[in-house]
Amino acid sequence: MSAYNSMELMICVASRFLENGATVVVGTGAPCAAAMLAQKMHAPNLMAFFEAGAFAPILPTMPISVGDSRTFYKALMASGMLETMEACQKGMVDYCFLGGAQIDMYGNLNSSMIGTDYDHPKVRFPGSGGANDLASLTWRTMVITPQDSRRFVEKVDFITSPGYLTGKGARERAGLPRGSGPYKVITNLGVLGFDEETCRMRIESVHPGYSIDDIKKNTGFELLLAKKITETAKPTEEELRVLREEVDPYRYIIGRA
Amino acid sequence: MQELKTGTKELMQFYDCDEMREYFRKKDKSLRNKLTTVSEAVKNLINDGEYIAVGGFGGVRIPTAILHEIVRQRKKNLGLSGHTATHDFQILVAGECINRCDIAYIIGLEARGLSPNARRAVESGKIKIVEWTNAALAWRYKAAAMGVPFLPARNMMGTDVFKYSAAKEIECPFTGKKLVAYPALHPDVGIIHVHRADIYGNCQIDGIQIADQEMARASKKVIITTEQIVPTEQIRNDPTRTIIPYYLVDAVIEVPFGSYPGNMPYLYYSDEEHLKEWLEVEKDPQKFKEFLDKNIYGVKDFYEYIEVNGGLKKLHKLMQIEKLIIQGR
Repeated sequence: MSAYNSMELMICVASRFLENGATVVVGTGAPCAAAMLAQKMHAPNLMAFFEAGAFAPILPTMPISVGDSRTFYKALMASGMLETMEACQKGMVDYCFLGGAQIDMYGNLNSSMIGTDYDHPKVRFPGSGGANDLASLTWRTMVITPQDSRRFVEKVDFITSPGYLTGKGARERAGLPRGSGPYKVITNLGVLGFDEETCRMRIESVHPGYSIDDIKKNTGFELLLAKKITETAKPTEEELRVLREEVDPYRYIIGRA
Repeated sequence: MQELKTGTKELMQFYDCDEMREYFRKKDKSLRNKLTTVSEAVKNLINDGEYIAVGGFGGVRIPTAILHEIVRQRKKNLGLSGHTATHDFQILVAGECINRCDIAYIIGLEARGLSPNARRAVESGKIKIVEWTNAALAWRYKAAAMGVPFLPARNMMGTDVFKYSAAKEIECPFTGKKLVAYPALHPDVGIIHVHRADIYGNCQIDGIQIADQEMARASKKVIITTEQIVPTEQIRNDPTRTIIPYYLVDAVIEVPFGSYPGNMPYLYYSDEEHLKEWLEVEKDPQKFKEFLDKNIYGVKDFYEYIEVNGGLKKLHKLMQIEKLIIQGR
């Protein structure tokens, strides 16, 4: 078995959740690599969208912007942002991938600011961009992120993108589309999912070489445990070969680990 | 009856739809030659205090020549629609041209990192901000383009983005569901870079349009920079391709390589070295000042700026990267 780095592992694990025939909005970086890997491994009919308006490209290399020319290279359609967002709003998009500076136990994400006073933030970040739209309007939100207790916090300073907000039923009460919400959080330590009853984050699988305790120690809130916690399957030789040779040969993403 | 919430921030740019009908009624819709220069367009069409919107996607298909000229002419107190505002935001903040911004995405340059100068300006409160999302701002353009006061949608509710926005929740008259109402956004000036236009302002864009179709229709005045001016015959031979029709447009300027250092799909890739230099040099205010003198204040026009950064040789390289002839990033 070849050695692999944590970025390669996260990309491989994420790609396995994307089934053939599904639709996904991806951003640049790891999500883009995960979608490409899925297409080449087990999901040739995975349909990838980009928020700025590109549909089903054949990516020649990793884009640096979700609106750059790579995102619609040999695409089936080069449209506009509302085409993507409206496809999400009418229920045609299964998955999106998001990240953030903070995430809480309900999968709420913060990519806006650190601090408690809106008008005087300690640190200001870019804001929603399309993140809130995708988290609100696609069926399932996926997150790929490194895990530590500064990022996995009891309460996010600002809810940029909605997870389950305050718990079961809160999204629907707020007015968000029924049956949508966070699905998997893939970190360098394991895979976290969400408990059906409480909508709280739970440990579902632990990556090789790590323990449940390692995950708990790097989380700033109490994690639930799935009934059956498995060890994450390592990347296969074939996954690593495709990822390194075909998906990201210049190591733009996998070189970041 | 469910509780309906309202965002806590003040709406910074809003025109009544009947007022806009009268404005658009009076707008000169004759087929007339609108060719002008970058400096004349900025001088005559962008006034201090007005609210502007920039087409493209921050570092993709952006009207850089106009943005630099806004800085050079020291325009002040402009409002901005921050719909994925990345390098465009960075330029306008560097020139201290804006004092308010409807934000969806600002400060960052996507995968390249955050702009230290833009971040300082927002954190210090020099630029007043109101929260939105990319879809929200695009739907706000669409409402304005449709001539209605608002459009309903289903995102943003339950979050702090809504709380610090100027949106309102409403109840759907058909289903009783809670919806968010996005107020129409009519920028005073929309500025868009396109692949081809004729002298009247009929425009073609190759590749994604992002939100420019809606933004052009929402804006009171529209400035077009174009990679090339083409004969109207070419527009008429393929009218399906007209993304922005002439009657929306007030000025047309031919600016080849006009999106530099941004990407222009099918023509040239973004100049990543130069964008990296921008981010790096902003860390040191003195160096940043010298950098702005060298690239904007101290040059006569956009072409001198390109010369300073490698001229034709650099452009040729970016063309080869775009066409995947050479690797680059």
